[in-house]
Amino acid sequence: MGGYEPLYHALYELSSAAVIEEITKSGLRGRGGGGYPTGLKWATVAKMPGKQKYVICNADEGDPGAFMDRSVLESDPHRVLEGMAIAGYAIGANHGFIYVRAEYPLAIQRLTKAIQQAKKYGLLGSQIFESGFDFKIDIRIGAGAFVCGEETALIHSIEGGRGNPRPRPPYPAEVGLWGCPTLINNVETYANITPIIRKGAEWYSSIGTAGSKGTKVFALTGKVQHTGLVEVPMGTTLRQIVEEMGGGVAEGRVKAVQTGGPSGGCIPAVFFDTPVDYESLQQLGTMMGSGGMIVMDDATSMVEIAQFYMDFCRGESCGKCVPCRAGTVQLHEMLTKIVNHQATETDIEQMEALCQMVKEMSLCGLGQSAPNPVLSTLRYFKEEYLARLRPEVETFATAKD
Amino acid sequence: MPALSPQAPPDRLTQHPSSPQDSATCDRHYKTLDTTLKRNHYQPDALIEVLHKAQESFGYLEDEVLLYIARQLKQPLSRVYGVASFYHLFSLKPSGIHNCVVCLGTACYVKGARQILDRLELELAIKVGETTSDGQISLLSARCLGACGLAPAAVFDGEVGGKLTAEDALARLQALTIND
Ligand SMILES: Cc1cc2nc3c(=O)[nH]c(=O)nc-3n(C[C@H](O)[C@H](O)[C@H](O)COP(=O)(O)O)c2cc1C
Ligand code: FES
Repeated sequence: MGGYEPLYHALYELSSAAVIEEITKSGLRGRGGGGYPTGLKWATVAKMPGKQKYVICNADEGDPGAFMDRSVLESDPHRVLEGMAIAGYAIGANHGFIYVRAEYPLAIQRLTKAIQQAKKYGLLGSQIFESGFDFKIDIRIGAGAFVCGEETALIHSIEGGRGNPRPRPPYPAEVGLWGCPTLINNVETYANITPIIRKGAEWYSSIGTAGSKGTKVFALTGKVQHTGLVEVPMGTTLRQIVEEMGGGVAEGRVKAVQTGGPSGGCIPAVFFDTPVDYESLQQLGTMMGSGGMIVMDDATSMVEIAQFYMDFCRGESCGKCVPCRAGTVQLHEMLTKIVNHQATETDIEQMEALCQMVKEMSLCGLGQSAPNPVLSTLRYFKEEYLARLRPEVETFATAKD
Repeated sequence: MPALSPQAPPDRLTQHPSSPQDSATCDRHYKTLDTTLKRNHYQPDALIEVLHKAQESFGYLEDEVLLYIARQLKQPLSRVYGVASFYHLFSLKPSGIHNCVVCLGTACYVKGARQILDRLELELAIKVGETTSDGQISLLSARCLGACGLAPAAVFDGEVGGKLTAEDALARLQALTIND
């Protein structure tokens, strides 16, 4: 309904600066994980000198257990394309790329078709709506590497190379695709653009909490009774999401919810009255992430979950920097030792120290956040770690005295 | 970017004499590859797309195909090999006639996907990432299929199966090989 009207409105009734102003006022923050203010990012790219700029849509959705982006791409691809075109108009770019993971063949198919349709009707291509604005969008397909969701790695991948991240700064806003200033946003971020342009920043910012505006889509999975996607205003409590919408767990009780994927952490059930927004999740030692919410019950071992995520990060580390490449291997070994009842308390202490080191010294977000699942489970479920220590530890220590 | 003028493809049969497939099929695969290369104006940044196409046609990325791509894109083989070996979806070894991809994403893991995979490994007597000795089945794992609502999930020759038990998975595997 009213498709591409916001783009028309932007092109004919708003200046580029006015579009950015509207997005800034709406309070929209990036839905790809970091929560960076979208308006600010657009303004930065718009300010950069140079004629050639690019718009990239991050549709890599690597977080296992999350499928919000997939659902938008499959059900309403035009909304994402339109959001990208408005972004292109705002920052002064006429070429966009959408980087989709290869695991989503249907999304790729629907996007390809949507781009063809849009071109046919003059909604993409040259002189959109007979204005002076040209914008084309190309699809790039990933090849199964989680790290390619990281923005600098994604850019290398679009350029046809290995998906190795590089140190930032310079941020892609300054030096991005083929060295040009580049705007990179998540699928859901772009999907939020058209409603803001259509209904105005004021309407948008009336939804949500002080620091987090609008709605957020979560993928509710795991042991919960009703799995699926939920879209809620920011500030909805975890209890409402997990227990009312998700129907809680079938048997026993909910133990925790994992958010933020391999970069996030577990929130124990005692904190379920926390309103979900960027800040409060961060305070709990996790993050919003892309929106995966995995519900765990008493049967789930938190140590094994930590081990599971470390295995994931170990496999997905690109191998470029040592703290991440070697650190994740070591951490995984330590966790395995604990799982197998072979560790001592000293091992746990060493593991915590190594977690800090990997966090502080890794090159990109993958390594910097890889220890988070361990640290968060240690914080809230330390007793599960202690229960897995080597049984004879006690006697061994006393025998030595 | 100016399009590089495409060169005439080298005579493959003399350059790549030791192709495992019969030459007619092989030639057809190279033709498909050439179409993709041409459509991308032989630009090096199309490498990933070209590799996808090559794998789709040949089944996997054998050395000769990588060499051919490197020549066509005027890129060092090290770069082509570097990219092909970086991404999980590219396979440098031949795969089985059928494949089964078990999802080991978090949602599936929490619902017991690891146990299903353990069972399949046991029954097929191979580890994940390997192919049965008769070349029938390749057992693979994925990070997330985006079918988390159906966890635990697996893909059997491209068809998603959800809410699986180990028995279901074994039955689906058997069905694959019987239908041949
Ligand atoms: C290891 C790693 C993986 C990431 N994966 C994704 C992803 O799959 N999808 C995504 O949108 N952002 C992902 N990001 C975040 C991006 O780097 C980037 O911040 C985001 O696309 C910016 O968009 P936004 O401002 O709209 O959130 C990832 C970051 C890291 C460090
Ligand atoms: S975690 Fe298995 S499909 Fe998403």
